[in-house]
Order: sequence, then C-alpha cells, then structure tokens
Amino acid sequence: MASISVEGLAKSFGRVPALLPTSFEVAPGEVFGLIGPDGAGKTTLMRLLVSLLLPDAGSARVDGLDVVKDFRELRRRVGYMPGRFSLYQDLSVRENLDFFATIFGASVAENRGLVDDLYLQLEPFEKRRAGALSGGMKQKLALCCALIHRPRVLFLDEPTTGIDAVSRRELWEMLGRLRAAGITLLVSTPYMDEASRCDRVALIEGGRILAIERPGDLAARYRYPLLAVEGGPRIALLEALRSLPQARSVYPFGSTIHFTDQRLGADPAALAAELVGALEGRGLEGLGAQPIEAGIEDVFMALAVDTRQAGEAHHG
Amino acid sequence: MRTFFGFVRKEFFHLGRDRRTLVVLFGIPLMQMLLFGFALRNEVKDTPVAVVDLSGDPLTRRLASALEASESFRLAATVRNLDEGKKLLAESKAKVLVVFAEDFSEHFGRDGRAEVEILTDGSDPNSARTRVAYANGVVQQELAAVARESGKGAGAPHIEAATRMRFNPSLESTYLFVPGVMALVLTLVSALMTSVTITREKELGTMEVLLVSPLRPFQIIVGKVVPYLGLSFLNVLIILGLSRFAFGVPIVGNVFLLIAESVLYIVCALSLGVLVSTRAETQQAATTGSLSGLMFPTMLLSGFIFPLESMPRVLYWLSHIVPARWFLVIVRGIMLKGVGIAELWPQTLILAAMTTFFLLASVRNFHIRLE
Repeated sequence: MASISVEGLAKSFGRVPALLPTSFEVAPGEVFGLIGPDGAGKTTLMRLLVSLLLPDAGSARVDGLDVVKDFRELRRRVGYMPGRFSLYQDLSVRENLDFFATIFGASVAENRGLVDDLYLQLEPFEKRRAGALSGGMKQKLALCCALIHRPRVLFLDEPTTGIDAVSRRELWEMLGRLRAAGITLLVSTPYMDEASRCDRVALIEGGRILAIERPGDLAARYRYPLLAVEGGPRIALLEALRSLPQARSVYPFGSTIHFTDQRLGADPAALAAELVGALEGRGLEGLGAQPIEAGIEDVFMALAVDTRQAGEAHHG
Repeated sequence: MRTFFGFVRKEFFHLGRDRRTLVVLFGIPLMQMLLFGFALRNEVKDTPVAVVDLSGDPLTRRLASALEASESFRLAATVRNLDEGKKLLAESKAKVLVVFAEDFSEHFGRDGRAEVEILTDGSDPNSARTRVAYANGVVQQELAAVARESGKGAGAPHIEAATRMRFNPSLESTYLFVPGVMALVLTLVSALMTSVTITREKELGTMEVLLVSPLRPFQIIVGKVVPYLGLSFLNVLIILGLSRFAFGVPIVGNVFLLIAESVLYIVCALSLGVLVSTRAETQQAATTGSLSGLMFPTMLLSGFIFPLESMPRVLYWLSHIVPARWFLVIVRGIMLKGVGIAELWPQTLILAAMTTFFLLASVRNFHIRLE
C-alpha cells in the first residue's frame, strides 16, 4: 500500500488556483521531494496532506487515512514541520522538546534513539531559548520536535531554506537516516541541487506538477542538444544567441549561458563549433561553447516553458 | 490528561518570561485601584471655603470653626463683606462661600430659624452640588447642636435635612468604584489577555503545529484559560484586600459568595476572550477587538460610571448584554447591601448562561484547520 496517495487533489483560494488537480503516490520509506520556486503550490499541497486545509476536489490518503475524514487519527501519525520556524521562541530547547513530546503523549526518553544524532548537537544548548539559536540549530530543533512522537510519515516544508550550507548537508544526512528507519518523507525545497538527495522528485510550478522522476532520470527528459557558452560581453552575447534561428532557449546560468539548439538528434560537438562560428560572424570573438548534460534546472525551465505554451495553446 | 497539563505548564512558562504581560496583569489592577481610590474621588475633601460673616458674633464664629473642623472643608478666609467673598470665589481661592446675614444670630435666637446663603463655583456642576450639600449639612448639624445645648430642643430647626444615604451613608465614592474596578480589571485581564495569547499562536505559526497534533480544540482553549483563571483570581484577592485594608471599604455580605461570583465572572470574561480570539487573526486585531468590544461597554454600559436608568432607551437595552452590568449588581449587592444568593440568583443565572453560550460558541468557532 502506498504511504501517500493523492488523486485529483485540487485547491484554490478564492478565484486563485493554488493547486491544480494533482495525482501521485509515494511508497513507504521513500524520500519524495517537491521542487519548485516560491508560490508554486508546495506549501498548499503539504497543508492539504496534513489536514490543515480542505481540498476543493479530489482526495488523498496518508498512511491509509483519508485527510478529510480521518484527520484526527492522521494527526497522531504524521510529523509536520512548517516552512516558518514554528516553535516557542521564549521556551528553551529542552522545554520545546518536552512540550511536543507531551502533547503527543510520548516522552523524550523513549524516543531518544530516533533523534539521537540531532539531539547530541542540541544538547549543549539545552537551556538556551529557542529564539536565540542560529538558523541551522533552529531547524534541527524543529526537526527533533516533529520526530519526537515517531511519526510514520514526515512532512517537511522547506527545511533547508535560510540555513547555512553545512547545516543543510547535516539536515539531509539526518533525513537519510530517517529513511533508513522506515519513515516516509515528503520534503519540499526551492533548491534544485537538493533533488539528488531524494528517491524521487516532483517538479512543481504554478500549482501544477510538471514531472515526477528519479533524480538520475531527469536529465533524460531533456532531449534537445544543450551547450554552455562562455566569455565575451554578456548582454551582447545573450542578444546575439537569442537572435540565432536555431535557438530554442537561451538562459544565463551562473557565469555561463545555456543555449539549447532546436535541432533534435544533431551532434552536439558539431553544433558547438557551428555556434562559435556564427557568433564570430557577428563580431563576438574569443568565445567557448561546450556540449553539456542537462541539469535539473534546465529540465525544470524547459518543462515550465512547455507546460505554459501548452496551456496557452489550449486556452487560445 | 498529561497532555493537558503539559500544555498548561507551557502557558505558565510563557507568562513567567513575559515581563510586559506580567506588568499589565498586576500593574493595571493596582494602578486602577490607586487612581480611583485617591485621585478620582467624587466626594469633597479639604475644599477651601470662605465665610462671609456679616453677623460677626459667637454663633457664626462657632459655625465657621465647624466648617474648618470638618474633613470636607478648610477655612480659606473669613471676610466681612459679600463682594470680597465673591472675589475669592472668582479667583478660585475659595470654592464655597457661606454667607451669614447681619441678623443671622438674632433670627436664630428669636425663632430658631436661620438663613444661610451658600454660593459655590458652578463651573464644575457635579462637585458643586456635592459641595453645597456638604456645607449645608455641616451648618445644619451644628445649628441643631446649638439648639439642643440651649435647651430649645422643641424649637430645633425643622428644616434639618433628614435624607440619609442608605448603604453608603457618607456617600463615599470609594464604595462605588471598587465593584466597578473589579469588573473592569477582570474584563481586561481575562478577556484581553486570553484573546491575545491565542492569536499569538496563530501569528507565530505555532498554531499550525498544535493543530497537527492530537490536541483537541477544547484542550487548547481550556489550557489557555486555566493560567489566566488563576491570575485573575489573584487579582480579585488583591483588589478586595486593597479595598478592605487600604480604603476601609467594608464587605457587608458573605466574602466567599463574593469570591465565588467573581470566579464565575472571570470564567465569563475568559470565554469572551476566547471567542474574540477565534475571530481575530492577529494580536493587534485581538487587542482592538477586546478593547472596543469589551472594555468600553464594561466602562460605559455597566452602570459603573453612568447610571443605567438615565441612559437613552437603546443604550439601556444594550446594557443587558454586557456581562459586567450583572456582575456589578452582584458585587454591590454583596459588598454594600449584604444580600445573598437568595436575592442575586437571577443575575448569577444570567452570567452563567452567558458563560455557557460564549464557551460553546468558542468551541464551535475554533478552526480545526487553517481556514
């Protein structure tokens, strides 16, 4: 049986659709990532699944429980860590932990095992007020509090947003251990590079799931030849690239520019050489172009554009 | 049950760490008691009085010193003509002018009748009326004494004022304000504080986590209410203690009944606060809602400051839904008249009914989700 199963779930606030009808399943013990920018609908989907919002249409089951009808039992079995820091800032680390253990009828002692790694890091700050912790420590404490009752399914809304790189890595390592302990994890993040930490990811934008894939298979969704172009004056280069007839998409990407050629199946090396030649013809010298593997961001951009165009064609 | 106590314990942690709230909780009752007790009194105390003594004999001098001796007045000056007296009044050097006519003693000696003219500064009509009444009282009393001493008992001034205020013989305003302050403080502390503490959880996002837990709405509500019930109870004791020992207000009736009724009113105010918080999304909205929706009616429509009977009909009817109105009747009844539950059961029943209604409405209105 799936740990989370979603069927046609949809939600809008007034006339603004926040989540278009969505269906997917998450297997027990899977780490499922929701990846998308702010406002994509990640939080709405999570809140629907932890029974904080009522769906307009469709249904969802978490650990076999209906999110509307069985919400009371569901709330015992899931752990939820909201995107905003939601602990009591005026309570100490220990008091927060004790409080969340008590309201779930659990005790810190009996569930220490699950959160031991995290708790060892927090222990030196036991008496410090939660509000005075660093961002990373706050998130670790919040995770501890969400785990203290041994939930079967854990929902984490952007746990790594706003914390330092080291804490981010530590947090993901912790999530890996939870997976090993058999807990199903639904994690949302705006950071594309965190996709590789998940078993499967759903790319989400504008309330719509664009694709659900294993991170390793995402690159295969990118069928057009992709080149990284570097050097030269950036703005002029962008303009020149966009004016080329073979351009499918042109995006600045870090220090380089990602250029997608619309000729499917052509040899990327040959296309790179042709591109450099074409740019030299426009007076742009000393440039380099290399064929590259598509990353998750490339896939995301391409899917988002495709979906938007499909939507417009549909409506138009 | 353990869950519930864990929740209550957390509330006490919050309270203990929030200095500002503690100051509001205990500072406001103290401040209001002292303010109403010392500063905002209605009765006359040490009012400067000038005597215009056109008669100038032992009798009028005796009356003047009677005024001086009373706690209400101090003798600012004794003058020999009316214009001088009026000047004192205009310059506010005297608030009351007591004029004894030239033939005052003669008249009194002859037929036991005396004409005293009392003038006062009418720019403050409320206290002017009180001052005149007090001055008149002092003079009448003294004249009666004189009449008795001279054996003219039968001829004693028949104009002697026979009015006596029942339940508050000296018309002490302290007696009147204690019940009012109790209602006000309990409304403020109970209703305002609870409404703020629940909306705070919404604002900080912790409500989101509380909702995704086995806690039930009534556990959250009651858990929030219990600490404030304790604190408000402490406030009742402080107010009653202050009024009894600092201001000497007697409690004529049963103290335990008074305390029990106060607890009922506290629960009523607390449930009102909870109701406000189920509607308000931010602490600011909760504060505004409690202040305008609860504080002002408690002050203005409860009979604390303005007499209910002289209100326009609409406001008078409106006052019936103000819990403080019923509480005031109860407190005044027990403290000043010494009546018991036999007389006060209708008001008690109304308060209990209101409380039940507010609690049910709060539990119904409590969102078990974010929308």
